[in-house]
Amino acid sequence: MTENVIIDPNLYFLGLLIPLFPLLGFLVNGLLGKFLPKASAGWIGSGAVLASFICVLYIFNSLGVNDVIRIDLFEWIVFSGIDISFGLSIDPLTVIMMLVVTGVGFLIHLYSIGYMHDDEGFGRFFVYLNLFIFFMLLLVMGSNFLMMFIGWEGVGLCSYLLIGFWFKNDAYNDAAQKAFVMNRIGDLGFLLAMFFILFQFGTLDFAAVERLAPSIAEHQGLITTIALLLFIGAIGKSAQLPLFTWLPDAMAGPTPVSALIHAATMVTAGIYMVVRSNVLFALSPIALNVILAVGVATSVFAAIIGLKQNDIKKVLAYSTVSQLGLMFVALGLGAFTSGIFHLVTHAFFKALLFLGAGSVIHALHGEQDIRKMGGLKKLIPITYITFLLASLAISGFPLLSGFFSKDEILAHAFQQNILIWIIISLSSLLTAFYMFRLVYLTFANSFRGTDEAKHHIHESPWTMTVPLIILCVLSVFGGLLGLPAVFHAQHWLAGYLSAVTDGSAQYLHHAEHLSHSMEIILMSIAGVGAILMILFARHQYVTKKQLPPADESLTGFEKLVANKFYVDELYERFISQPVFKMSEGFGGFVDKKILDRVVNGVGTVVDMSGKTLRLLQTGNTGFYIFAMVIGMIVIFIIRLLI
Amino acid sequence: MGTVEHIIPLNWYIFVSTFLFCIGVMGVMFRKNGIIILMCIEIMLNAVNLLLVAFSAYSGNTDGQVFVFFIMVVAAAEVAVGLALLMSIYRNIGSTNIDVLNKLKW
Amino acid sequence: MDQLIFYTLSALTLVSALVVVFAKSPMYSVLSLIVCFFTIAGHYILLNAQFLAITHIIVYAGAIMVLFLFVVMLLNLNKESEQHKPLKLRIAATISAGMLFLTLIASLKSTQFVSFIAPPPSDMGIVENVGQKLFTDYLLPFEISSILFLSAMIGAVVLAKRDKKR
Repeated sequence: MTENVIIDPNLYFLGLLIPLFPLLGFLVNGLLGKFLPKASAGWIGSGAVLASFICVLYIFNSLGVNDVIRIDLFEWIVFSGIDISFGLSIDPLTVIMMLVVTGVGFLIHLYSIGYMHDDEGFGRFFVYLNLFIFFMLLLVMGSNFLMMFIGWEGVGLCSYLLIGFWFKNDAYNDAAQKAFVMNRIGDLGFLLAMFFILFQFGTLDFAAVERLAPSIAEHQGLITTIALLLFIGAIGKSAQLPLFTWLPDAMAGPTPVSALIHAATMVTAGIYMVVRSNVLFALSPIALNVILAVGVATSVFAAIIGLKQNDIKKVLAYSTVSQLGLMFVALGLGAFTSGIFHLVTHAFFKALLFLGAGSVIHALHGEQDIRKMGGLKKLIPITYITFLLASLAISGFPLLSGFFSKDEILAHAFQQNILIWIIISLSSLLTAFYMFRLVYLTFANSFRGTDEAKHHIHESPWTMTVPLIILCVLSVFGGLLGLPAVFHAQHWLAGYLSAVTDGSAQYLHHAEHLSHSMEIILMSIAGVGAILMILFARHQYVTKKQLPPADESLTGFEKLVANKFYVDELYERFISQPVFKMSEGFGGFVDKKILDRVVNGVGTVVDMSGKTLRLLQTGNTGFYIFAMVIGMIVIFIIRLLI
Repeated sequence: MGTVEHIIPLNWYIFVSTFLFCIGVMGVMFRKNGIIILMCIEIMLNAVNLLLVAFSAYSGNTDGQVFVFFIMVVAAAEVAVGLALLMSIYRNIGSTNIDVLNKLKW
Repeated sequence: MDQLIFYTLSALTLVSALVVVFAKSPMYSVLSLIVCFFTIAGHYILLNAQFLAITHIIVYAGAIMVLFLFVVMLLNLNKESEQHKPLKLRIAATISAGMLFLTLIASLKSTQFVSFIAPPPSDMGIVENVGQKLFTDYLLPFEISSILFLSAMIGAVVLAKRDKKR
């Protein structure tokens, strides 16, 4: 790995500005929001992110593939050989992530101006959103694990605040707490991994760890422990099995939040973290296999659950979980670039899907149940077209962005293990089906709500449709970032990120490259499969006009799926309840019956002995003298005996 | 009388003054009358004085005798104040029985 | 000869001290205390501390004991007004004093004394030598003791004065 640290004051300054703009927006909106007109909060917030985006674009333009900008602000923790600086570093991977965060982030800010227009917490919403962007930038820009951890925790906090944004609803608050607690489990893994790294390498700096990691390659146990602990952090943040249940519940937040945090950026932090420390993972085949297994399982599991969901946002949430699983499959296969590629395209089309869903919900004044929609095609055409294109992209319709990024992962899987290829192909087919089930139920046929509701349906304002259109363009053409070699093009993203992933290349097992014809066959299979699934969905929901039955009428496997395999109930039954029982036991028995008694007993004994012993103080001088003499005798006797 | 040190062992003086001291201690515990108790304290002081002089003589060091001199000074002052206190007590409670004075307790 | 004098003086000292404790009437106690002090003065002379012996007689027999006598007579303390502790307490006092004596003697047994071989100068206790020591090495304590006397005197006067407000 040949990294070329550039020292350019301009870039240094710009790099510093990137996270500062959202921070400034946060401070201005948060502290001065009361003195500004209400509408200005949205523009300030969006402007701050746009400014960051422009800075990122400039850096993107001037940063070479092998270049790194290091911004060491100050030494933070320095003691006994440990030296952690408060530093940022910008390399191609960071740039890609920053582009996604600020670019998609800006569009979602813009969208929120329209979407949140009537909300009483309008100003507060942008405060949180800007804070989120700041922490997310810190996460991707941090030059060491600790800086990343700050961002990691910060986005968790913002996620909590935004899920519980409508805090007057208890269920939403519960969802926020659930997300937070689930994330904490993962964070603990991350924290432990940091301690291990610090203990082993004496540094948390990414570059240094990457340099030192091969030196402990023989200690498989240690490196696997570190990698797996890091991965536990990723599991929590990126909602993988078994910690995925918070993400569907997180849909309690406003829809732009779901788009930004729970689809495009924060949940991909786990992917970013694994790619960032790819050398550590590449050194541990076991860890890679675990990632692969978890990714595959999550991908299929979430896709199956997605089949039976009737809440428009829940479907998208499970889809997100499934797609994240797919990204982890890529990472598990050692195809780090493919993971990032899918991350980027997914950010485009999933943000678009959420925003489209938001537009639908906006039009229907809060209705989220797809059984009460239908026929919206004519009523909100822009939303329909963009949503349709995004669905095509995620389903893997040929030549759209999702097609290429998915196909790359599928190709890697095919190279290494045909079984995995089959499973994740199945998962993508399921994806195609449930996405189009959603599309058709929402937009096709006729409206199933009340006439009153139908009367009020209207297309969203321009602040909402413009982001939809931009994201739609990106979803369609995002695949150009990583055209496969079949099309006689350079895989641009792979080249751009080569400096980041090269370090691990030598440790990975490399299967033979597929021939071009084989690659085309695979692509065709995937494409045709997707199209067939779409047609099947069309047959089911447009031609036969099937409707998802009411929840009560479900039986057997369908009921199991619709109830998300009862995972939440299992956690409740086997983790939460025992913990509650235990705390009741400890609170009722150990604390009250033992600890309290001991403490009160000590008090009682002291009290009683005081009451008794004070009677010795008779006031009779003769008695005192007598006691003194006895004491003298005792002391002398002791002195004699010793 | 100049060679007494060589005839009478030092231990005898120690015995005598220890015994005298213990008589003083016993007196303090034995009696109720404040005046007698003061006297017993004087006996104890004198037991110590005697021991100091004996050590001084046997070690040929005058310092011990100077100490005794100061102890006498303190004893005199103590008796003066102590007797004044007893007078005052007598005036208040009509006796010198110190066991009556047991209000300072608990 | 010296030994005989020592035994006599010691016996007298101890007996008179015991009489102080056991005498029924405070007056007897005071009188036997005077005897006790005189015998102690005899001890001092025996130990070549002539100056101290004289001082002792002047201070104790001349001043302190007169004070005691005055107080006893002033308060009109006699055998009849004398109160005694209960018998049990008196026995306990005697026993504990005896035990104290025993333990002190026992601890004496285990003590190593520096042997005094050199014969002391016989004029060690005369006024000149004691005065020399007193006014050179111990001049400051000597002066301060005058302040002690002054404060004791004032204290005694204040305490013994009858409260006029009553």
